[in-house]
Amino acid sequence: MSDVLKLERLSKSFPVGKRLFGAPKGVVHAVRPVDLVVQQGETLGIVGESGCGKSTLARMLVGLLPATTGRIEINGEPLNTADPAAFGRKIQYVFQDPISSLNPRKTIRQVMEAPLKRLHRMDSAARARRIAEIFASVNLREDFLDRYPHEFSGGQAQRIGIARALAAEAKILILDEPVSALDVSVQAQVLNLLGDLKSRLDLTYLFISHDLAVVEAVSDRVAVLYFGSVVEIGPAEDIFRAPRHPYTRLLAQSAPVVGRPLRAPEGRETELPDPLNPPTGCAFRARCPRATEQCAAVAPDLTAGADTDHRVACFHPL
Amino acid sequence: MTQFLALLLRNRLAAAGGIVLLVVVVLAVLTPVLPLANPDATDTANRFQPALSRAHLLGTDHLGRDLLSRLLWGTRLSLAVGFAAAIFAATLGAAIGIIAGYFGGRTDNLIMRGVDMLMAFPYILLALAIVAALGPGLGNALIAVAAVNIPFFARNIRGVTVGLAHKEFVDAARLSGLGHGRIILTEILPNVVPVIVIAMSTTIGWMILETAGLSFLGLGSQPPQADLGSMLGEARSALITNPLTSIVPGAMILVIVMGINLLGDGVRDALDPRLRSGALTRPMPATRVDRPTPPPAETEEGGAVLALSDLQTQFHVKKRVYKAVGGASLAVRPGECLGIIGESGSGKSVTALSVMGLVASPPGVITAGAARYDGQDLIGARYETLRRLRGDRIAYIFQDPLATLHPLYKVGDQLVEAIRCHRTVSKAEAWQRAIDLLKQVRIPNAESRASSFPHEMSGGMRQRVGIAMAMANDPDVIIADEPTTALDVTVQAQILSLLNDLRRERGLAIVFITHDFGVVGQLCDRIAVMYAGRIVEQGPTEAILTTPAHPYTRRLIACVPELGEGRRKLEAIPGLPPAVDRLDPGCAFAPRCEKARAACLTGEIALAGSGQRAVRCLFPETEIPSEQSA
Ligand SMILES: Nc1ncnc2c1ncn2[C@@H]1O[C@H](COP(=O)(O)OP(=O)(O)OP(=O)(O)O)[C@@H](O)[C@H]1O
Ligand code: SF4
Ligand code: SF4
Ligand SMILES: [Mg+2]
Repeated sequence: MSDVLKLERLSKSFPVGKRLFGAPKGVVHAVRPVDLVVQQGETLGIVGESGCGKSTLARMLVGLLPATTGRIEINGEPLNTADPAAFGRKIQYVFQDPISSLNPRKTIRQVMEAPLKRLHRMDSAARARRIAEIFASVNLREDFLDRYPHEFSGGQAQRIGIARALAAEAKILILDEPVSALDVSVQAQVLNLLGDLKSRLDLTYLFISHDLAVVEAVSDRVAVLYFGSVVEIGPAEDIFRAPRHPYTRLLAQSAPVVGRPLRAPEGRETELPDPLNPPTGCAFRARCPRATEQCAAVAPDLTAGADTDHRVACFHPL
Repeated sequence: MTQFLALLLRNRLAAAGGIVLLVVVVLAVLTPVLPLANPDATDTANRFQPALSRAHLLGTDHLGRDLLSRLLWGTRLSLAVGFAAAIFAATLGAAIGIIAGYFGGRTDNLIMRGVDMLMAFPYILLALAIVAALGPGLGNALIAVAAVNIPFFARNIRGVTVGLAHKEFVDAARLSGLGHGRIILTEILPNVVPVIVIAMSTTIGWMILETAGLSFLGLGSQPPQADLGSMLGEARSALITNPLTSIVPGAMILVIVMGINLLGDGVRDALDPRLRSGALTRPMPATRVDRPTPPPAETEEGGAVLALSDLQTQFHVKKRVYKAVGGASLAVRPGECLGIIGESGSGKSVTALSVMGLVASPPGVITAGAARYDGQDLIGARYETLRRLRGDRIAYIFQDPLATLHPLYKVGDQLVEAIRCHRTVSKAEAWQRAIDLLKQVRIPNAESRASSFPHEMSGGMRQRVGIAMAMANDPDVIIADEPTTALDVTVQAQILSLLNDLRRERGLAIVFITHDFGVVGQLCDRIAVMYAGRIVEQGPTEAILTTPAHPYTRRLIACVPELGEGRRKLEAIPGLPPAVDRLDPGCAFAPRCEKARAACLTGEIALAGSGQRAVRCLFPETEIPSEQSA
């Protein structure tokens, strides 16, 4: 297996309180230096709560946001957006909100034609053929092509979004909460479709979600993000069953599960760290029952234990 | 387009304005072919002829020129200059606004500072300064008027563009290989055009007026050329002795500007998406009730505080009737939590909102059934009664707390207001109670947090304030519509356990709406499953989750991935829920049901079962004892 996507010390900070001239008032570190490797054909799940930097990370990977530091390698070459057409053929993105990712004033045909025209320079006959092919593969009827986005349900619109990403023929798809706007019965349809497409077209996925159960169901490996850093990464079947980072355990315990009695897994007063005023040391320490003085002094690095596939950033792992 | 015209014509004032304007424009267009005297031919012997005199229908001016002819030629010129200025201003302003809004950052900052500076000058002074610099003349007046209107367009269009530039479809276009120019032209511009049209239709009248003003001052059209402003200016010296020469151009200006502004307002309203749904009338304070059949008799549900029987709510949009709720019967007892679960559009929210008459009307109408609080029917109750009960005995918690909290008031003050709206207590007492409430919902540092504004709090905190608000008057029933859907799991767990404690400590009845089986499984005693506006299954949580009787419930539960089962293929239900404006007879789930048979497609399928457990299916998954006694 080869590494198709490699991130080295990738980080992003946003200035806040910008002024016309001079330095901004503060800086928010949305993504702290992250190292990740995604292998050919795998699905890497990324979970984390709102504001932990999931989408920022994803948008850097597809060149929608410039990185502050670090580098991204796609198929061994550094990410290069100079030629949008060449870049778009390597990596694509499926958006969270299916309806708003479609221009309300364009027909589905116009939406589908853009990548074929701009990325692959196809003529109109070739485009029509290709669209028919793609639509068949995502189970969409061709008579949808001349309709406008508002005429579709969320599940249909999300399939159109997937179809558009497939049209670019990129081998890597970044899926940013692709099913969170959908109903459970439709969510399962879309997830199964993504699974089929992956094995059929030999795709690699980076699957972002806040829903642990969904991530677990579709991923090979899962990375848990907290406050902009990867705090734990490991095989999907282990990470929630036997979490090693206290935060991963908290997430797993908070997920509503039928039959488990209701109790708050942590005190109700706890507050999330303030991004403008980040804590020293481990970002989780204010909420962590195992925190020690060491945790306040230095931030832990992601290290492997006995099992090299399962790494955790914690001084006192479970 | 036809819909746009229909809406426009329904607005009588706008239609009148449009017709008047049309007449003026047609006259102006036809002026060169009409049999008119030369507008510039002076005939001092016949100066100040009265109207209706021989050969001069409207008389003559101080140089004996035919007024009618000058009026029509002048109108033509004024309209042309006004339109030209409007198009000029709109094009330039839109271009500036789009560039500033699309690129953002420093570009935006510099451009908008410049625009702000222009806007800081009084309007007409700026125009005067520009003409003074360029020299008098109609062309320069046009430039001046256009220039002073550019900032208005730039600001409006920038605002819209900023919103669009961050839309996901723009990012998607970028990933499809489109460059900035193409994105602006094909993604942004088509979405901005309606705004440009609205802005133009509301400003063009003023531009005509401003051009006339400059001409009036002698800075616009130069003699002998007539435009409405210069006609008025030249007539000024004879205002008292020969008012006709002033009245004629003055009346025309009035007619044009009024016509354009009336039409412009109509255009703006007709393009407003909120009016497109047909809601041209003002919303009513409570949902309209139109019950042709008398409300069903009270059933002997043991000690329910809130009982709905056969509640039906519809949306009447144009000719369509959406049966959002097609007969819902539910009951909650004190201290009990009833979960309503179903997919998007299944009618959960509308059911909840109908109880207190909170469904927007029009288009909402409650067409049948009853909602009894302590035996009193709330459907069709007087608005006064509903208002007294709302927030006092029956309170709501909504998915988005920001929507219920006022952004400009401190949360403490909002709580005080909620308390004093239903109780006569002093401000200080109410404030103390507000702090207690915030403590009860475990807001850390309640005393200082009471002085925060909603936007200063995190989503989880705001939702706790929302719960505090609902608890303010110690209600008997709380209806919570997806209160935790927008929250993170760790915060959700906190809020759920908080609600759970509250109902145990205070005997509160909770109606909890959600689409998450995990949540109902943990919090609710009983569940009602909704599909296409009707309850398809109802019963104790435990029983429904372990042995679902309705095929829909069973398959919906199977769709939900559960944590700890590892990687797997998920169950799915093919197809989509039906649209509620054209429900076929029989079972609404039939098109997606594997067990559907011919019998499922005909007639009404009743919700059958005992008081505890009921299912609306002819071939349920598990047999339910169907004795009719409660
Ligand atoms: N203002 C309205 N005008 C027309 N139809 C409406 C309006 N509000 C709701 N509806 C329709 O009523 C039906 C029920 O909607 P409702 O909001 O109750 O669903 P829900 O079960 O709460 O869904 P969700 O899970 O998405 O909140 C839907 O078909 C919806 O389209
Ligand atoms: S490093 Fe310390 S504070 Fe951070 S998670 Fe581990 S034990 Fe807790
Ligand atoms: S009534 Fe028939 S179609 Fe409907 S759910 Fe039952 S078996 Fe399926
Ligand atoms: Mg709802």
